Amino acid sequence: MFTDFFFLLRFYGVPVTITEWLALMRALALGLAPASLDQFYAVARSILVKSEAYFDQYDQAFAAMFKGIETPPRIEDEVWEWLANPLEMPGLTDEERRLLAAAMEDLDLEALKRMFEERLAEQDEAHHGGNRWVGTGGTSPFGHSGFHPGGIRVGGESRGRSAVKVAGERRYRGYRTDQEVGVRQFELALRRLRQLSSRSEGVPDELDLDETIEETAGNAGRLSLVWRKSRKNAVKVLLLMDVGGSMHPYIRLCSQLFSAVNRSSHFKDLRFYYFHNCVYDWLYLDTSCSLSNAISTRRVLQELPSDTKLILVGDAAMAPSELMARDGIIWWGYGNDEPGIEWLRRLRGHFDHSVWLNTIPESDWEHTYGSVTIRKTREVFPMFELTVDGLTAATKKLMVRF
Amino acid sequence: MSQSFTYTGTSDYIAAPDLMQTVNVAVQLSRPLLIKGEPGTGKTMLAQSIARGLEMPLIIWNVKSTTKAQDGLYIYDTVQRLYDGQFGDGDVSDIGRYIKMGKLGEAFAGDERVVLLIDEIDKADLEFPNDLLWELDQMEFTIPETRATVKAKQRPIVLITSNAEKELPDAFLRRCVFHYIEFPDEDMMERIVHVHVPQLDKRLLDLAIQAFYWLRDVPGLQKKPSTSELIDWVQALARGGVDPKEIAARLPFMGVLLKKDHDVDVAQRALSSGRRR
Repeated sequence: MFTDFFFLLRFYGVPVTITEWLALMRALALGLAPASLDQFYAVARSILVKSEAYFDQYDQAFAAMFKGIETPPRIEDEVWEWLANPLEMPGLTDEERRLLAAAMEDLDLEALKRMFEERLAEQDEAHHGGNRWVGTGGTSPFGHSGFHPGGIRVGGESRGRSAVKVAGERRYRGYRTDQEVGVRQFELALRRLRQLSSRSEGVPDELDLDETIEETAGNAGRLSLVWRKSRKNAVKVLLLMDVGGSMHPYIRLCSQLFSAVNRSSHFKDLRFYYFHNCVYDWLYLDTSCSLSNAISTRRVLQELPSDTKLILVGDAAMAPSELMARDGIIWWGYGNDEPGIEWLRRLRGHFDHSVWLNTIPESDWEHTYGSVTIRKTREVFPMFELTVDGLTAATKKLMVRF
Repeated sequence: MSQSFTYTGTSDYIAAPDLMQTVNVAVQLSRPLLIKGEPGTGKTMLAQSIARGLEMPLIIWNVKSTTKAQDGLYIYDTVQRLYDGQFGDGDVSDIGRYIKMGKLGEAFAGDERVVLLIDEIDKADLEFPNDLLWELDQMEFTIPETRATVKAKQRPIVLITSNAEKELPDAFLRRCVFHYIEFPDEDMMERIVHVHVPQLDKRLLDLAIQAFYWLRDVPGLQKKPSTSELIDWVQALARGGVDPKEIAARLPFMGVLLKKDHDVDVAQRALSSGRRR
């Protein structure tokens, strides 16, 4: 019956596996969480949860389990039963049972229950307070790698306070990332972007076996080592990201991709700029998209050699005029002499390899809002959906000549 | 037998109670303990403290971006063998002489139970943790060149730290016990600083810590000052004979806390706007 906690954790999105669950059972059998909910909270978390990003979900599941919210009363009763009768726990020695029983007498269940109820009330308020998707709320979504605790102050240590109380406070909300695909998968996909440099640059740090044999033979069998310069990845990447209004639902997805690209230290050069719906004369340096912090698209084209890999990320869904007409830019007063599609073609023409990653799933491209402009954009750029598979396909496309 | 190893912290390292408990869980389940946390929260020092607390030798394997899993097991020094073969030094037929144990090998091969710290595992290649799964699980590996098996006589206590620069693979995480060291709060910080700098004016320390937390909350900092920087700073303040009143107003020796031009600018601006208010 205690297994319910396992399923509850999974229900709240904590990726617990059976291996870890069994480890917890072993820990309990070893008597590592003797009869105290506080200790159980810490021990179970250390074994079951492997990232601070899931601490919040764990807290919720823990609170739900031991408070009984959103779970049938049956479970609640059983939990209390379990708490009240620790002697039925398997795998304890007689000595441990005795200690457990002694410790349980100090635990005032009624008081604990009352506290649960109080916490339940508070939890409800906090729960509806919004701010669920931290990292998107208010601050710049593309700021920094997903769940880095930047700016988030977490309360102090939990000494002497009840685990349930701590769980109800949901102190780890700031660490949530709610990743569906995960940065790691993106990182792995991006590793395909690899093109080794020539041997002309760098320091000689690699043993050249053929030359060594040659030299050694020439040296009458005396070992003579020859070193050569190792080859480094020479891939240069330009990442352009759409931060237009229609991109809001995909902010999390994009910031994952962004962190993955950002962490991929194997590129020789990596640049990223932002655009709003479509690329025109200016590219923006931050997500606010203001001309005071922008760079001319022409200058970017001049600076970057044509072997730079261009990755555009966006939904490509906009009003047709934004793509096809002069002065179609969504900002009044900015104006553009050439339609957006011309700029897209220019980008495509300048770079040998380019792809468009679309945040809209491929199955919807034909009939979603913006299907007209998606079709037009696809005529210019090879388009892939922004999933791990899509990214993998896109990186392949970026590596081959067309 | 394992019951006798219980970590309770040491005099020079302040460990939160839940951290101590997690350490003991990892020790008793003989699983690696993965420690994450902001830089400067004492991840590496924890290993030293555990080693001292449990009176075991500490072996540190510092992981770098070029580190391969193989390096930790053993290195077969073929070049030395080749040289020896040419100059007739020693017995070349004994390959065992040219097998040098890596840090992990060292930890396994010893007679004593040791604490093994794999520091900053996220610095290495993405596949690095996966390559160590078997070795950390079974606490053994084979050396094909000599057909020898190195098996831990006493399972070492393995501590792994990560700065979360890279995501670690799930298969690896499943096998670990995890603890996230939170940034200490002001009271905890006072105790930590006190351990490192015992003779310090209480008033100076209080004000310095207040200013420190104020600075960490200034929005827009690229690199927030951490514990070690605070410790350096209070020492600088004490030696420089700074008037405690000056601390909040001026942040003397700010260069000890902030290492980037950008951050110093941001802090200066926050300071001057604070004064106007």
